[in-house]
Amino acid sequence: MSVLDVRDLQTHFFTDAGVVKAVDGVSFSLDAGEVLGLVGESGSGKSVTGFSILRLVDAPGRVVGGQINFKGQDLATLSNREMRSLRGNRIAMIFQDPMMTLNPVLRIETQMVEAVRAHHRVSHAAAKDRAIRVLARVGIPSPADRLAAYPHQFSGGMRQRVAIAIALLNGPDLIVADEPTTALDVTIQSQILAEVQELARETGTALIWITHDLAVVAGLADKVSVMYAGRIVESGPTDDVLTAPGHPYTEGLLGSIPGHGRRGERLTQIPGMAPNMARLPVGCAFAPRCHRVDETCRAKAPAITDIGPKRGLRCFHPIVETEGAA
Amino acid sequence: MLVFLLRRLAQSVFVLIAMMIVVFFGVYMIGNPVDILISPDATPLEVEETMARFGFDQPVHIQFLKFIGNALQGDLGRSFVHGEPAVQLILSYMPATLELALLGLIFSVMIGVPLGVYAGYKADRWQGRAIMTGSIFGFSLPNFWVGMLLILIFAVELRWLPSTGRGETVEVLGMRLSIFSADGLQYMILPALTLALYKASLVTRLARAGTQEALMQDYVKFARAKGLSETRILVVHVLKNIMIPIITVLGLELGSMIAFAVVTETVFAWPGMGKLLIDSITTLDRPVIVAYLMLTVIIFIIINFTVDVIYTLLDPRVRVRGEAT
Repeated sequence: MSVLDVRDLQTHFFTDAGVVKAVDGVSFSLDAGEVLGLVGESGSGKSVTGFSILRLVDAPGRVVGGQINFKGQDLATLSNREMRSLRGNRIAMIFQDPMMTLNPVLRIETQMVEAVRAHHRVSHAAAKDRAIRVLARVGIPSPADRLAAYPHQFSGGMRQRVAIAIALLNGPDLIVADEPTTALDVTIQSQILAEVQELARETGTALIWITHDLAVVAGLADKVSVMYAGRIVESGPTDDVLTAPGHPYTEGLLGSIPGHGRRGERLTQIPGMAPNMARLPVGCAFAPRCHRVDETCRAKAPAITDIGPKRGLRCFHPIVETEGAA
Repeated sequence: MLVFLLRRLAQSVFVLIAMMIVVFFGVYMIGNPVDILISPDATPLEVEETMARFGFDQPVHIQFLKFIGNALQGDLGRSFVHGEPAVQLILSYMPATLELALLGLIFSVMIGVPLGVYAGYKADRWQGRAIMTGSIFGFSLPNFWVGMLLILIFAVELRWLPSTGRGETVEVLGMRLSIFSADGLQYMILPALTLALYKASLVTRLARAGTQEALMQDYVKFARAKGLSETRILVVHVLKNIMIPIITVLGLELGSMIAFAVVTETVFAWPGMGKLLIDSITTLDRPVIVAYLMLTVIIFIIINFTVDVIYTLLDPRVRVRGEAT
């Protein structure tokens, strides 16, 4: 049975400028130990999807439709108290900016121990022991001493390790990681990626890795879902999607990554800008920026179609294998 | 840290000197105390004798130098009215005012912080709006009126609490204090509440603004993602972050509560420094007024200093910066 099964999730923001459909019919599922890369530009709804799973969407946003089944249980039916007992316990989250996620005026010890004791009736000493063990596992040197420190005494990379340690504290079944390495420099980023991957495999924790960086996904994720304007436009096993993208948007994203063997070549860029979410076009949201666009695309939005084993695509004019190899 | 302390000390000395000059010439200009001290039908000779006795016949700059000279030796003159040294006189009235101000401060924190945090948490709901509307009363109702209303309700109608005076006092560290006896405490509640009302609404507003800001921070969202209860988030994560501005303002307000509790002390016939000041002004008791104002400056300096120290306890980041200088 899958750990997480999201069906047709709808999260809308009710603003003065109108209803913004930040997440509009997103579906995916995740097995134990599996890593899903959720990729998209800023404002594509990938973070909101993550917060929707934890039921932590801030007003004026609200989950208005769809189902989020966590280990067979629909999260929408849980009371606030039941939901709270899942958060940080069975479902954990790591945030983007490690400078902002730890409380600046509380010791690391306080912030870790409270996370354990919110879910388990254990003594302070026992919770502290667990904190030390987990800190050591994410690569914090002399964890017992570092517990007494405040967040500002850590570097950005170390803070993110602490945040990851907090997420791991209660051995969750699912971790939602919202661009956790974006604010870090590249060497730290690759270290943390390798460690998280290993931890997820060891413990069988399912992982949703939200990012705008396809290179990160390539090295980490088992499968990938590409989001555009609140919808998943393409999904499938990572290798398949990255080597043979079906959607012009995925192709555009891949074309804009510099890489070895591409020296001197011009990077392609996707023309135009990310759409205004309050005023999306009638048809396909990507139509104004797409080079394969025609009248059909402008008239109505494409539905998800299956184009192979475990692959879904939302496009009227997919790139076919022969011309797709980028 | 030591450099920081020394710099603060030097600044304080400068403020004291400036205050001395302003106070001395200010009071000098109010009028000639001799007119009040001796009877109107005294002979010119008697007037002159009295003037000479207090040194009023000297030119103003000589008087000032003499005043500075004495002040440096800790002598701010004797009260014309009471005949005691002015500083000693004020200090004997001080414990009553200090304990009243302290209780007022405690009340304002106990009332203001919870209301403010709750109002910030429920900012868009009717509870938050009601608290904010209520705090407007705290700001705008005049002190003396609140005092009299409290007397009317709790002393006259309900007969729960005494209305005026100080009650039984206990001697602690050489000071006579009411706060440590149950009887004395009863006498303090109404005047302390009167003092606290304005500060409590100030604290409420500060705490609300701080809470609203803190609730938008990532660390609050992360705390929720850890599965903490809302109570713990408010009481531990938010509260500690919003205490710094509150303590700053309260420090300054404590100074003004001590120095300018005049109205409240008058309404409740509380024998504190404020009442002494009013009496001294009406009798033009120059040394007492000067000494009072000097002491006020010193109190403010001490409070600001204490506030800075409390910062370092509350915010670990300040501690590091302090060590670096």
